[in-house]
Amino acid sequence: MDKILRVNMTNLTVKVEPVPADWAGLGGRALTSTIVAAEVPPTCHPLGPNNKLVFAPGLLSGTAASNANRFSCGSKSPLTGGIKECSAGGTSSRIIARLGYKAIVVEGKPAGDTWYTVVVDKDGATIKPETEVLRLGTFATVQHVNEHYGEDFGVITLGPAGENLMAIANISVKDPESKIRSFGRGGLGAVMGSKKIKMIVINPEGGVALPLADPAKFKAANQAFTKTLLDHPVSGQGLKKYGTAVLVNVLNEAGGLPTKNFTSGQCAHHDAISGETMYDNIVARGGEPSHNCSPSCQIQCSQIYNDKDGNYVTSGFEYETIWALGADGMVEDLDVIAEIDNVFDDIGVDSIETPVMFAVAMEAGLIPWGDGKRILELLRNDITNATPLGRMLGGGTGHVGRAFGMTRIPVVKNQAIPAYDPRPIKGIGVTYATTTMGADHTAGYAIATNILNVGGKVDPLSNDGQVELSRNLQIATAAIDSTGLCLFIAFPALDIPACLGGVIDMLNARYGINLTGDDVIGLGKQVLKIEHAFNLAAGLGPETDRLPEFFELESIAPHNVKWDMDQKELASFWNF
Amino acid sequence: MKITVKLFATFRQGRFKIAEQDVPEGTTIADVLDTLAIEVADVGMLFVNGRHAEPEQRLAGGVVLAIFPLVGGG
Ligand code: SF4
Repeated sequence: MDKILRVNMTNLTVKVEPVPADWAGLGGRALTSTIVAAEVPPTCHPLGPNNKLVFAPGLLSGTAASNANRFSCGSKSPLTGGIKECSAGGTSSRIIARLGYKAIVVEGKPAGDTWYTVVVDKDGATIKPETEVLRLGTFATVQHVNEHYGEDFGVITLGPAGENLMAIANISVKDPESKIRSFGRGGLGAVMGSKKIKMIVINPEGGVALPLADPAKFKAANQAFTKTLLDHPVSGQGLKKYGTAVLVNVLNEAGGLPTKNFTSGQCAHHDAISGETMYDNIVARGGEPSHNCSPSCQIQCSQIYNDKDGNYVTSGFEYETIWALGADGMVEDLDVIAEIDNVFDDIGVDSIETPVMFAVAMEAGLIPWGDGKRILELLRNDITNATPLGRMLGGGTGHVGRAFGMTRIPVVKNQAIPAYDPRPIKGIGVTYATTTMGADHTAGYAIATNILNVGGKVDPLSNDGQVELSRNLQIATAAIDSTGLCLFIAFPALDIPACLGGVIDMLNARYGINLTGDDVIGLGKQVLKIEHAFNLAAGLGPETDRLPEFFELESIAPHNVKWDMDQKELASFWNF
Repeated sequence: MKITVKLFATFRQGRFKIAEQDVPEGTTIADVLDTLAIEVADVGMLFVNGRHAEPEQRLAGGVVLAIFPLVGGG
């Protein structure tokens, strides 16, 4: 991995460059955020010619390391106006890494109305006009690539939402089953659409096994690391069986399951939309409870969910999506939720931003509460065809809330708040408020320690210790996001020392270096500081590191608590 | 006294989802786990009326006790 591929969409040229020395030790999020901070003016328009889109496999992607074939996409976000890094699975990360590319940097913007496909291969890339797959959904686009390029090609593409530059648009990645994984958050699909790229297809031919400085040490380290993934009850058994949706009942019991646009912490029909019900349906209908989103995953939190007749409906059916539609939007039927999830993937929209937006639209009176059929119509007609109503919805949660003059708009930095109410779970509130990403649970998953008793215990209802908890998690997460490892390795990493030890040993054996645990923490801190500096220069100052006011004004049942963390204490997050 | 016990994930297998139980005054969570043949080591989370609890905690009449194995997601 010693090359950077630059694709310039202004003059439709391609360059392969050596990796600058400063970037040699970086991968994944560390690399995307470093390149964005170095090359994208923070004040640029996210959809203008000065923004860039950077794809980077992690430091361990492409090797035999378990769970390491995820990759990062970085840019300036049209949703938050700040820096963005998303992680996705799929097959492309491994292919890009094995072709020797440390990053693909897409820059500029073409004049005119022509759309393009970028075909990446071992020698660089060609940019060619695209007409055949325009307006197609992502599933059909992947099918087209399988038939016209090859089944083993990687695919990074857009649905109609991305083609229409909507802030809810994501970037879709082909997975091992030719289904879809996503760079979900922050509207990165609109950035790719602004550059008039319908798809990037990646030819795996000529990819090579990546060199290892110490193959024997690497193998031993990977074995030790993998053992911790299989030994820990959450990564070894829980996620395999119930997926992430097991959290529906957990959060409901804890009183932190945001319901009916964040007006209650419990949902009466929680069992109908729970991981337990999902598992029973999957088994009864011949689906697959355990499935991987990317090669070499040992945890297998994904699944294949079929309808009552045993036909495929969706995969990667996540807690966040089920919560947002089922509890926040009150859609009680898990099968309808699954169908909506499939349409989210097909038209290429974020499965958190979009349903949280729909719940706000329900409170506004635009859609009846729980009306999944109406959601399907709006997705398939208005959003797909970009009608004026579709464009209004496609602007995201904050956009719709403002359009209807609402005050209960669950966003931070204009990005929708995910599936954990910050009032009874204070640690996750700190993460939402302070992360450089806008409201994002994965940036510092305080739920582990506040609720799940993983990595110790910190009382979720007390403000004590939450800033420190979130800070430590955000630093560690930024480091993990740079390796290409799936974030779910954090469960064993928080409880079993050999897990992180194995990761560090693998990095050292791969590159012939001598990183320590402190170096890895140092990398995490460096990433956060780079991102924070970008945001400050982009106009996202300390006053944007806060939760929406309604959390301070409205208490939430059953614990009847408000958000009451001192803003000074929150600001101390950045003291490191 | 009466309490409500809720079980989740694998703990439901061969047991129940939700049941009202009659238990003696002074019963601890550990006693309830015992009668359900659930090992403390297999327990991930305990909630009493939505608050985290420890096995040695004594229960009052009317409470809802929720018992989860170690699970997670994100
Ligand atoms: S645990 Fe889930 S998200 Fe992580 S790599 Fe495996 S399938 Fe993908």
